[in-house]
Amino acid sequence: MTSPESLFDAHAHFLHAGCGRSDWEEVNAARFRAGARMGITCHVASILGSHGFSSPTYFPSPEDVVAGNDAMLELCERQRDLVRMLVTVNPNYTRHALGEIERCVARGAVGIKLLASRRADDPLLDPICELAARRGLPILHHIWQHRRREWPSQEISDGADLARLARRHPTVTFILAHIGGGGDYHHSYAAVRDVQNILADTSGSGVDRGMLDDAIVALGARRLLWGSDLTMETGYAKLRALDHTGLLSPDDIRAIRWRNAARVFCIE
Amino acid sequence: MIDVNALVGPYPFRFLPHPDADVLVRVLEREQLSGAWVGHLPSAFYRDPAAGNAQLYTALAPHSPTLKPVPTIRPDWPDWKRNVQTAKEADAPAVRVYPAQWQLAPGDARLAEMALACGDARMAVVLTVRFEDLRQRHPLDVAGDLQPAAVRSLARAGASVRLIVTAASREFIEEVHWGLTPEEQQRVLWDFSWVWGPPEDHLAKLFRTVGSERFVYGTHWPLRLTQNPRANLDLLPDELRDAKLADPARLFA
Repeated sequence: MTSPESLFDAHAHFLHAGCGRSDWEEVNAARFRAGARMGITCHVASILGSHGFSSPTYFPSPEDVVAGNDAMLELCERQRDLVRMLVTVNPNYTRHALGEIERCVARGAVGIKLLASRRADDPLLDPICELAARRGLPILHHIWQHRRREWPSQEISDGADLARLARRHPTVTFILAHIGGGGDYHHSYAAVRDVQNILADTSGSGVDRGMLDDAIVALGARRLLWGSDLTMETGYAKLRALDHTGLLSPDDIRAIRWRNAARVFCIE
Repeated sequence: MIDVNALVGPYPFRFLPHPDADVLVRVLEREQLSGAWVGHLPSAFYRDPAAGNAQLYTALAPHSPTLKPVPTIRPDWPDWKRNVQTAKEADAPAVRVYPAQWQLAPGDARLAEMALACGDARMAVVLTVRFEDLRQRHPLDVAGDLQPAAVRSLARAGASVRLIVTAASREFIEEVHWGLTPEEQQRVLWDFSWVWGPPEDHLAKLFRTVGSERFVYGTHWPLRLTQNPRANLDLLPDELRDAKLADPARLFA
C-alpha cells in the first residue's frame, strides 16, 4: 500500500445492501473508479450503520452498527490490497460499542469512527478512548466546524468539544473530520492548534481558497491527512492545490498524501 | 475554455487571498483557461453598485480581452437602463444580478424587464445561488440562497432572455430544468462549480439527463479553488469524458 507516490484517503465511506438504496453497489464502484483515476492506494473507510435507512445516520442503532461493520469487514476481505476499516460505534451503547471495537479490531480494523451520537466531550466517550489508548487506535470524529447552535439529526461537536476530549486522553490520536465539511474551519484551527494529539483531515465538499493554506499554517504538514469523504472531486481539487499553497516541500506533500495516515493507522 | 464565474475584489465575510485581476490572469494561464467573465465581488453587497462597476472596468482594462467585465446592475435602482447601455458599450457579455441580496422576490417584474433588456442587447444575466456554504456563513450574512423559483420565473420572461446560473446543486438544477418547457430550458446555462462528482456522481447524472451542452465552465474564483471543476470533469465515467460543454460565446447564436 505504501510507496513514494502513495495516496491514502483517510476519510472514505461505503454503502451496503442494508442502506435502502438500490444503487449502493454503483456508488461503491464509483468510489473505486474515481480512486483508481486519482491514484488512491488505500481507502481508510467506514460504513455508518444503515445510512439513515433503518436508524438515523448519526444515531445508528446497535443492530445497524453491526450490519454496517459486518459489511465493511466483508469489503476489506474482498479488497484487502486497497481498503482498511474504521469501526463505527454509537457511544450511547457503551458495552456494545466496546465489544464492537474488540470484534472488528480482531479482524483488522485500524481505528474507530465516531459520529454525532453524543457530544465529543461527553464522559460517555471516555471508555471508548481508554480502549483506544490501550489498543493504540486513532479516533476519527465527525465534526461541525464551529457549532453555533444545534442542528437537526445530529448531536454535533466542534473543534473545541474535541479538544476537551483530546486533553483528557493525551495518548490517543484524534482526527478532526473534514475541515471542508461545513462550518467555520478557522474556528477549528484556533480550537485545536495547541492540542498536539489532534490531527485534521482535509475532506468535505468545501474548497474555499485559503482553507488549505491556513490549515498548514495552523497545524503544520505533519498534522494533516488528505481525504475525500462524500465528494471525491473536491478531494482531487485540494490534492492538486497542495502544489500551489507555496508553503510545502515535496516531503510535506507526501506527509499529507499518505505518510501521516500510514503512521496514524499503522499501515505498511 | 472560458471561466464564466470569476470575480475580483474582497468579500465582506472572510479574508480572500489576492482577489486581484493580475493574479486571476496568472491563475487562468496555470489552469489553461483562455479567459474569464469577471464580476466585482463587493458590488453584490453595495446598495448602489455603480462605483463597483467603475472599479471593475478600470481593473480589467489592462487585461482585455482575456478578462471581460460582468457588471452588477440593480433593476430596482433608478436609471438601470443607462447602466445596461454602459455595460453594452464596455463589451460586457453579461450582467450580474443578486435578487436574494436585494430582497427581490421570485417573479419580481423589474427583474424580468431587465433580463429582457439585457437579452435584447445580447447580454446574458448571471445569477448566483450562493457565495458560501450555508453552514459557515457570518451571522450578518442573512440573505439566504437564491430560490429555484426565481430562475424559472426569469427563464419564462421571454425568448430573448439568456441566463447563466452559478453555484447551483444538482437538486436546484433539476428542479428548474424539468420545470421549464424545452424552449425555456434552452435559455438557461449552468456552471457546475457546486455540483458533486463521485461517488454520488451528480455531475455524470446531470450530463446524462439534462445534457452536457447545458453546462458551462465556472470556477467561483477567488472564493473557491479553481482546480475543482477541472477535477470534476477528470473524474467523470469513461463514456462521459468527451462530453461537450456549451460555448458561452455562442449564447445568442
